[in-house]
Amino acid sequence: MTNVSTERAITVTVNGVPRETTVPVRRLLSDALRHDLQLTGTHVGCEHGVCGACTVLVDGTPVRSCLVLAVQVDGKEVTTVEGLARSDGRGGEILHPVQEAFRECHALQCGFCTPGFLMTMAAGLEARDTSTDITEDEVDEIVGGNLCRCTGYANIKKACRHAAGLMKEAAE
Amino acid sequence: MTTKLFGEPVRRREDLRLITGRGRYTDDIGHGAAAAAFVRSPYAHARILDIDVDAALDVEGVIAVYTYEDLVGPMAEPLPVLIPHPQLTAPRTGYPLARDVVQHVGEAVVMVVATDRYVAEDVCDRITVSYEELPVVVGVDAARAAEHAVHEDVPDNVAARHHQETGDVEAALAASAHTLSFTQYIERSACMPMEGKGVHAVWNHDDSSLRVHTSTQASTSVRAAVAAKLQLSLEKVEVVAPDVGGGFGVKIVHPWPEELLVPMAAIALGQPVHWAEDRREHFISSAHEREQRQEITVGYDDEGRVTALDVRAWHDNGAYTPYGIIVPIVTATQLVGPYAVPVYRVRIDSVYTNTVIVTPYRGAGRPQGCYAMERTMDRIAQDLGLDRAEVRRRNLIQPDQFPYDHHLTFQDGRPVIYDSGNYEGLLDKLVALVGWDRAEERRAEAAARGKQLGIGMAMYVEGTGPGPYEGGHVQVLGSGKVLVSTGLTSQGQGHETAFAQIVATELGVPIEDIEVVTGDTRRFGYAVGTFASRAAVMSGNAIALAARGVRAKALRIAADVLEADVDDLEIDEGLVQVKGTPGASIPLRTVAVLSNPLRYAFDEAARQATQFAGPGDDSKPPVAVGDAPGLEHVDYYSPIRSTFASGAHAAVVEIDPTTWEIDVVDYAVVHDCGNIVNPMIVEGQVHGGVAQGVGGALYERMAYDADGQLQNASFMDFLMPYASEVPDVVIDHQETPSPLNPLGLKGAGEAGVIPGTACIASAIEDAVGRRIAAMPISPTELYDLVRDPDAELVPTREGAPA
Repeated sequence: MTNVSTERAITVTVNGVPRETTVPVRRLLSDALRHDLQLTGTHVGCEHGVCGACTVLVDGTPVRSCLVLAVQVDGKEVTTVEGLARSDGRGGEILHPVQEAFRECHALQCGFCTPGFLMTMAAGLEARDTSTDITEDEVDEIVGGNLCRCTGYANIKKACRHAAGLMKEAAE
Repeated sequence: MTTKLFGEPVRRREDLRLITGRGRYTDDIGHGAAAAAFVRSPYAHARILDIDVDAALDVEGVIAVYTYEDLVGPMAEPLPVLIPHPQLTAPRTGYPLARDVVQHVGEAVVMVVATDRYVAEDVCDRITVSYEELPVVVGVDAARAAEHAVHEDVPDNVAARHHQETGDVEAALAASAHTLSFTQYIERSACMPMEGKGVHAVWNHDDSSLRVHTSTQASTSVRAAVAAKLQLSLEKVEVVAPDVGGGFGVKIVHPWPEELLVPMAAIALGQPVHWAEDRREHFISSAHEREQRQEITVGYDDEGRVTALDVRAWHDNGAYTPYGIIVPIVTATQLVGPYAVPVYRVRIDSVYTNTVIVTPYRGAGRPQGCYAMERTMDRIAQDLGLDRAEVRRRNLIQPDQFPYDHHLTFQDGRPVIYDSGNYEGLLDKLVALVGWDRAEERRAEAAARGKQLGIGMAMYVEGTGPGPYEGGHVQVLGSGKVLVSTGLTSQGQGHETAFAQIVATELGVPIEDIEVVTGDTRRFGYAVGTFASRAAVMSGNAIALAARGVRAKALRIAADVLEADVDDLEIDEGLVQVKGTPGASIPLRTVAVLSNPLRYAFDEAARQATQFAGPGDDSKPPVAVGDAPGLEHVDYYSPIRSTFASGAHAAVVEIDPTTWEIDVVDYAVVHDCGNIVNPMIVEGQVHGGVAQGVGGALYERMAYDADGQLQNASFMDFLMPYASEVPDVVIDHQETPSPLNPLGLKGAGEAGVIPGTACIASAIEDAVGRRIAAMPISPTELYDLVRDPDAELVPTREGAPA
């Protein structure tokens, strides 16, 4: 067996804040976020990249943090669910449209898969032309890669449409 | 009035923390704790010859290694049989760590505790367990054949023979104008909550107390189990179910071995210990459900009315029976559904196999029962050339027949007496909602597109809200905050919202002032748990009764202060006022302060209250006999028997005759759970249940090989529906209140899943004209079936005889 205690110092910007930490090279990004940085909003549902609960953004792109080693994000920017809302400058927060939509549309029940859906959906909606109405194909594409065992997805799809509408309004 | 929130689609109060990453699930708690990991059996049936841990002890970071030999006292005894039953004649349970024989792949053999999970798994890798393999029993048919025994002392592999009958079924069948018999199968699936199980335990050396966080559906019972097994006094053990990432039944089983072993290690090591189940562990060491073989004989008259029903079934309970025979009992007693069955006999053998234990998964035996009864209805219709909806209609219990006594004994030991219902109303709504009468047009239209379309329906009655009890505590603080607690737990059902709606309505306070806590033994010590669609019925009513107690006391105190008659007072927006007399009022928070004769003026509320405090009668004690300080009340709801929710589902499928892909294009639900607290939440429960129903009908199965190896123990291979597999669901509600409880509730948690397999099987059979007698069914299996020259043909047009 290789020397499992091999560690490496990494610098990663998490939710806009530069963080320096030393991690074992085998440490998963999901574990580094949850256990080293104590950002427990990112959830681990399968640890084999299928469920999507652990999805975070790396340089703006959704990735499954259980399939990425922490050392692979050295020098990169990571956004987790804790970084999705913006500060309102007065100590409060302004929710991202996908967060607003999830609450409005009852798109979560137990909430365990929710952070992964939110990150995937935020990236998906931000990547499209927000001035246009979203199509059902787009909704299916954005929602289709994550597992949820509670909601049956109907309200998650509804939230996706609602969030797209909010973003369209904001763009107008 | 904003406080009358019962029945409103109030947005969930849980959501803000969950959408911002501030939820607290078990694995989020206890940063820096030592981590547990388990060596589990790789064999389905084997004798443990030796456990060699020497190499493991050299790993840097190992803290402790435990085997059966390290268990003492009650921990060395078998795990409890939670729900004994006279017909469970051969109950068997495992040990927290396997003693000498392992009975399924995944059974825990060694527990390792190390500095973190990575190290703990390194340690596990270096432990060598030597086994002598034993013959393996997989599947109902192998268990019945009993060429090998799972448990040496149960040679026929039969744990229980469950038997109920309501008359002489043989005679009734002999006297029936028609009879038919058939055999069908249903396979295993599993709850698969997105969060696996997890346990975190902290021993407080200073006061010798233990705090356990566990992802459970029954924290009070875990507490009792931990106290008993670890020989602690109950008051020294606290168990908290924090945010729980889904349950669906698997987390009602308790104590799981890990719920005992992790606290045991925390005490022994004097440091916090944590365990988070990984997905493979969940597949091979938690619980599954559904597998049955059913042999059904039904007698009926020329009109299609059932005259006798005889069900012989075999239920696979896996390797052990910690949860008794609840699942087969529920199948047996819920099978008859909304129908009047004059004579019914059911015999279900619950058999051992070398597989993961079988305990309730959402529906808990009802989907199997519904599958049996509804497929029977379809066959009667086919045999007589009648419309499937019409045959059902002729057999329904009529609205004037309630309460309807089936003369069966339910899972709670109480009679199966339906409290209320309107089944014909459900059927009428369903026929309209799905467009049942337009099926032939749609079939022709689909055929023109090269697709085979079929439609199916299934109805069910679901016993919900079984006892024995739940409790509620409601307390108004001097700040105006209203604290509500109940002992049962939450796994995403929105209890914080629904229970707050009930209290807001009962007490007349703004929902913003209400805080609800569930599943925390520090707040409420007596509870049964969250299962059997019982939370709203049981805790909802208990909390309503507690709120009514608070209201009565508040009105009594306020009447005294306002010099008014109690009957002239009302509470609205947190203000107790004399009806029709503006200004004659007192805030409820002030009443709360007044309720306690000790009023140090620590805060403004207490200072304000002094203006209302009279001099008092110095001939009486400050707290009257029978009274208590504080504005709070505890009450319990204990029903005489279960409520019975009901519903009807229909599915329309389109099948591609090239790929044999099965596409559920429409899914209609009519649902009656009595009065509805929050329709948004109820619809969410239905949506989620339907998705699991579709999964169980078309995708999900536990693929055991003959050696007892689970071949698909990952999300790569066990196919849970993504959004693309779940149809759009249209829902219509019917509200038939239960006369049994103050709020008229029934229960909504499981309903969505129950008829899925039955109605999708019916729709597929209708589409392809071949008998569907084993579910789930894959495109490959369907392809094989339609090519099989011996496959039984069935009519695909309503009214066309077979």
